[in-house]
Amino acid sequence: MSGKPKLHYTKGRGKMESIRWLLAAAGVEFEEEFIETKEDLEKLRNDGVLMFQQVPMVEMDGMKMVQTRAILSYIAGKYNLYGKDLKERAWIDMYVEGTTDLMGMINVLPFQPADAKEKNMALIIERATTRYFPVYEKALKDHGQDYLVGNKLSWADIHLLEAILTAEECKPDILSGFPVLQAFKGRTSNIPTIKKFLQPGSQRKPQTDEKFAADVRKIFNF
Amino acid sequence: MAGKPRLIYLNGRGRMEPIRWLLAAAGVEFEEVFLETREQFQKLIKDGALMFQQLPMVEIDGMKMVQTRAILSYIAGKYNLYGKDLKERALIDMYAEGIADLMQMILMFPFSSPETKEKNLDSIKERATNRYFPVFEKVLKQHGQDFLVGNKFSLADVQLIEAILAVEEKVPAVLSGFPQLQAFKTKMSNMPTIKKFLQPGSPRKPPPDDCYVEKVMKIFK
Repeated sequence: MSGKPKLHYTKGRGKMESIRWLLAAAGVEFEEEFIETKEDLEKLRNDGVLMFQQVPMVEMDGMKMVQTRAILSYIAGKYNLYGKDLKERAWIDMYVEGTTDLMGMINVLPFQPADAKEKNMALIIERATTRYFPVYEKALKDHGQDYLVGNKLSWADIHLLEAILTAEECKPDILSGFPVLQAFKGRTSNIPTIKKFLQPGSQRKPQTDEKFAADVRKIFNF
Repeated sequence: MAGKPRLIYLNGRGRMEPIRWLLAAAGVEFEEVFLETREQFQKLIKDGALMFQQLPMVEIDGMKMVQTRAILSYIAGKYNLYGKDLKERALIDMYAEGIADLMQMILMFPFSSPETKEKNLDSIKERATNRYFPVFEKVLKQHGQDFLVGNKFSLADVQLIEAILAVEEKVPAVLSGFPQLQAFKTKMSNMPTIKKFLQPGSPRKPPPDDCYVEKVMKIFK
């Protein structure tokens, strides 16, 4: 037993990618066991290791953790990325829920039919530029600090960077109206652990293409 | 001004109901502002009161909190309903997230088209019976304690009793295979704060009807 967290998921981003980001940013090495077929998922289910028959599942500190938010909150708490008190945690939670909603829209795109895809892409860009990014732009501008909450790197910053890069994959100049976020992106990408995660060869996963989307459909039967 | 928490939402369950449950269970009195028109909603947005232009919003401790989970976590933390350490909190979170997935199906149900309603009802029954309730039945049986985590009342217990009652409204005999959950339901329902919340005249909202669905469509488009 290595002692490192062990991630159970497919080779794609999906709901596990935010967990990979957070562990990497916290400088925590982790192992991955990939679900490649329907049978792999069935085995996990039959072994009784998935509380609600679902992945992500992360083996960590003697627990078999499920539910993305529960896992992320635990990691954030353990590695001091969750603010210094209840109120800072509340702000981090609010910010993270926003970036979760935005990334949630992007995550499902590869699985939608062509006509819905185009409409939803337009909605993603609209939401990113009129609902979500303005909030973070303003928060950073108002206090003038490098990080969103409490002048210290937190889960909210890591999640925001992930959301920015993911949104840029949809529209490369999506940050054009957000100078403060551009600076945030530059700074945060240069944090050593994050910089390492952004380099080729890291455990960061590529975007889901059509072929991989078809594989995922087979595994999860949808 | 510290005062009571103030809940801004529609006069119905929706995404605010778990928050009403938690505050009530914690014995915290709160005020409510009910939106009736789209104009009232747009005014809140224009006034910059809604971080992501969405409800629920709860004014609490000088913050205008949004995002249901963030609000629930804050209340749980503040009123000691979140376990004694990080690991207990992790367990509470896992249980709460599972329950939230089940409640999401119930939340969306009134908005299903007539053709899909029966299928969706079957899904709720199937998931409750095969995926979610067995987990909590087993947890309670294994430790033999009254509460899900750490032998102490927590957010997870409040969410579970809310879910049990909500599913029972749709599938009356759903607990028939779950004796532990039946006992849990009785115990929780008799806790003084929850008992009070379950009585007529409390802030608890009725199940959504066609009128409520219409209002939601009108206000949130």
